[in-house]
This record gives sequence, structure tokens and C-alpha cells, in this order.
Amino acid sequence: MTSPTIERGEVRGILLGYGLALLLTLSAFGLVVFHLLTRRQAFYTVLGLGLVQMLVHFRFFLHIDFRRNSRPDLQLLLFSTLIVALMVGGTLVVLFNLHGRMM
Amino acid sequence: MTATTVGPALLHAGLNLDHASREEAAQVQSDVFGFWVFLMSDAVVFALLFALFGTSLEATAGGPDLAGVVKLGPAFIETMLLLASSFSFGMGSVMLKRGAKPRLMKHFRPAVLWLALTWVLGVAFLGMEVNDFATMAREGATPDRSFFLSAFSVLVGTHGMHVLIGIIWMPVLLLQLAAGGLDRPLKVNMIRLSLFWHFLDIVWIAIFSVVYLQGALR
Repeated sequence: MTSPTIERGEVRGILLGYGLALLLTLSAFGLVVFHLLTRRQAFYTVLGLGLVQMLVHFRFFLHIDFRRNSRPDLQLLLFSTLIVALMVGGTLVVLFNLHGRMM
Repeated sequence: MTATTVGPALLHAGLNLDHASREEAAQVQSDVFGFWVFLMSDAVVFALLFALFGTSLEATAGGPDLAGVVKLGPAFIETMLLLASSFSFGMGSVMLKRGAKPRLMKHFRPAVLWLALTWVLGVAFLGMEVNDFATMAREGATPDRSFFLSAFSVLVGTHGMHVLIGIIWMPVLLLQLAAGGLDRPLKVNMIRLSLFWHFLDIVWIAIFSVVYLQGALR
């Protein structure tokens, strides 16, 4: 049985995460729908907002933080990010390079 | 021995280790870590589908391009549905911890209601996505039309298939809850499903940013 105080704290965390995620999603869609920036600026801002929203989800919904018992999960996550960056980055470099040579 | 000796209480779904032994807590943590490893391998799959999609944008073979197939209205509603379902699963996870005596089903009523809401939102999301693909097919944008449409369909479709698995998995766990209460294997499975569901919402953030919003910007 969790105490009501702990439960209230956890509910507050989820509400906070939901609020932040909504704010970030609405900013990204608003930026595009209302043409607030040039296309190039809007593209990179949307990517940035998306990355921040991912961090919000990891923190508030998946409970990844710097506490001791989520440390192995965090390290796994960071290592996977490295692998993903290498594989995606490598794929894009190789294929765009090939594309450029075939033009 | 109490769980306080293993640090702060785990925050994952339905986990209530107040009276668990140190060994049991360690076992749950290692079970959950195993699922994290699976999720991260799944993340690599999605990341490579994104890379494939990124390289396919110009390969339309004279067919419809990204700007032509993306409809921002439905994508926005789908985003809101999935985000709301992530929120309601989070609430369900917290409520699941209320089960003091695992046999007393009335303790689980709020949790079951939140999870049922999650399920409905997930089904609505999937229904809209199927409708999107049907609309595209009517307009001649089928996966066999071009490399671009294949890459688009595989990326968005793989995410949709994952959501479908979650939609099947959720009632199975709820039936187990109704049948036998919240025992330890079910707790671990609830944690796994919650990680899976929240992970799918994170993948969707990448999809609406890279696919839908990029398409609307073109």
C-alpha cells in the first residue's frame, strides 16, 4: 500500500509531464500551421522541440533520472543512443554520398 | 528485511515492494532491465527505418511525395490521442499500487478504469491511422508505388503494429488481474507493458516531427 502523500506526488509528476508534453506538441504544430518561422528555421526548431519532448517523456513517464536504481537503465539508454547515432548517421552519410555521385 | 535497504522505491507501474525481500526486489529490477534491453533494440529498428525514410524522400518515381500524402489534421488528433493515452496509463500505473490486499478487487477499480481509457484511446488512434492509409490507397498512394511510399508505410506501419500489440496485450493483463489479483509476475508484466506503451509514444514524437510536420513544411 502506498501512502496518499507518495501517491499525490506521483500523480503530480505525471500531470506535470503531461502538461509539458502538451505544451511542446502544441508549439511544434503551431509553428508549422501558422508559418511563424521560415521553413528551414521551423524544421530545425520542430526537431529540437521533439528531442526536448522525448526527454520529458523519459523523465516523467518512464522515470529515468540520475537516482541510483535507474542508473543501469540510463546507461543502457545512453549506449543505445550512441549506437543509433552511429547507425543512422552512417546510413545517411553513405546513401546521400552515393546519391550525389549518381547525379 | 524491507525494500528501504535497496534504495528508493521503484516508480514503475504497479510496483509495490514495501514488504518484498531484497532478493525479490533485485529480481524484479533485473526482469525490468531485460525489457529495457528489448525496447532499446526496438529503438534501433525504428531509428534505421527513420534513416531509410530520410533517404527515400526524393525517390517518388513520379508518384505522390511527402507533402502530397501528409494530412496534418488527422496527424494532430492522433498525436493528442496517443499523448492522452500515455497520461492515462501513467495514472493507471499509480492507481495500481493501491492494491494493498491483492484479492480485494475494489482497490483496483480506479486503475482498471484508467487502463480501459488508455485502451479506448489506443484503439481510436489505430482506427484513425488505418483510415489514413485507406485514404492514401484511394488516392493511389500505395506502398508499391515508389521507394518513398514503401519507406513511409513501413515506418508508420511498424509503429501501428506495435500499438496493435499493446492493444491486444492490455486486456490480457486486465483479465489476469480479474482472475488472480496482482501477483508478482503480473506486476512485472504491467511494468513491461507500461514501458512498452510510453516507449511507443516517444517513437510517435519522432514520427510526427520528422514525417508529418516535415511534410507540412515542404
